[in-house]
Amino acid sequence: MNICMHKVLKQFLVVILIQFLVVSMSSAKAEEVKDCFEKINRTTFAFNMALDKILFKPISKGYRYLPSPIRSGTSNALNNLSNLVTVPNNLLQGDFKAAVSNSARFLINSTIGILGLFDPAESLGLSRLDKEDYGQSFGKMGIGEGCYLVLPVLGPSTARDAIGSLISMTGGDAWYNVTVKNNTTYVKESDYYYSKAMQGVDFRAKNLEAFDSLEKNSVDFYATVRSLYIQDRQRKIKNSKVKTDTMDDSDWDTLESQ
Amino acid sequence: MKNLIIKNIKILLILICSFFSTNNIKANTSSEFINKITEEASTILSSSENDEIKISKLIKIGKESVDINGLALYTLGKHRKNLNDQQKSDFIKIFNLYFLKSFSNRLVEYKNAKIVVISEDIKNEKYTIVKSKLLATSKRPEVSIDWRVYTIDPNKPLIRDLIIEGLSLARTQREEFNSIIVNNKGDVNALFSNLKEFVNK
Repeated sequence: MNICMHKVLKQFLVVILIQFLVVSMSSAKAEEVKDCFEKINRTTFAFNMALDKILFKPISKGYRYLPSPIRSGTSNALNNLSNLVTVPNNLLQGDFKAAVSNSARFLINSTIGILGLFDPAESLGLSRLDKEDYGQSFGKMGIGEGCYLVLPVLGPSTARDAIGSLISMTGGDAWYNVTVKNNTTYVKESDYYYSKAMQGVDFRAKNLEAFDSLEKNSVDFYATVRSLYIQDRQRKIKNSKVKTDTMDDSDWDTLESQ
Repeated sequence: MKNLIIKNIKILLILICSFFSTNNIKANTSSEFINKITEEASTILSSSENDEIKISKLIKIGKESVDINGLALYTLGKHRKNLNDQQKSDFIKIFNLYFLKSFSNRLVEYKNAKIVVISEDIKNEKYTIVKSKLLATSKRPEVSIDWRVYTIDPNKPLIRDLIIEGLSLARTQREEFNSIIVNNKGDVNALFSNLKEFVNK
């Protein structure tokens, strides 16, 4: 089963890699979203939406009923684990200050903060910084996003971000390495998948109303999600909370010139 | 020579003062404008009136404070140049109905929304970005909202975009419309039909 899974993953990696190299290198500055596999993406999107309705949404609604300290503890622990991908990417992006800060946060919160459930590092003046991943590091290096993809269960991605995720799963994420890749006494393979599922539920629970509202008020919900995903990734790569393409006045100035 | 230098310094001082005072007036106008709108909306949303009345009041705010026609043309993006004047005018009409319905539907769900204006960034004489945040509740986290205010007429500022957590609603709308047009082989009428369907729902 495991060998078969690895074979599928390898084939998927090769397809994505070819597509990535052909399309991405020439398109780092392209403005329009390249939805090369739109028909397949829309089908996968419909599948994910159905899965969301019968599984993720009800679970997220239930999760909301948990006492606030439990939810914030879960959120803190998941954020703490994400440092294991963020720190190597801080280094890849040359942001050594953030790498030191995130490493210190991870050490303090994993120990004094009881496996990350609490965030004592914040009280010690080490504020929570933005998460980084391999897709963002590629973007920072000037590599274009490539074709937009909708992955089954995982949701929106791009060729670049999918490669980034695969790097995390082939040695780039210490949490994956200790749970799935290697047999360790204290953590097991299922812990990794539980943590990923919890990440999804935590995110969904925080955005229940926003998602519903978006879906209800969109004329093409698929295109809305695609746009929001691409914008969010661009913002994260720029490490900016405010800069979007529409902050560029020239985008609006075309109105005045017509 | 000495007099000339003093005269130049005086002119420079007057210019600096007038620059700052102009900026202050504009800054206050945009911030106050957003403050006023959000307070009005907040009062409506927290009132005990039914949703129908709330929606009609929110629509009034939308009509007065958003540059809906400008936004309509912006959302057409590259397809704008392919439309004749009649088509543009028809699109603006249907977009107005679509926007106000979508805008009020979205807002009416935020029952106890409290928005606090934090600061603003005057980009040029045409645009000011007002930064604000939607305060957190037990159900949702704090959300940062930036307002792109069109200030070409300082006496009547208008909102042109909302940037929520760095994501532009105008750009999202433009890409959504583009997707519909492109998937219908460039036929703008497909977008018109979709919008009409939404409005009549």
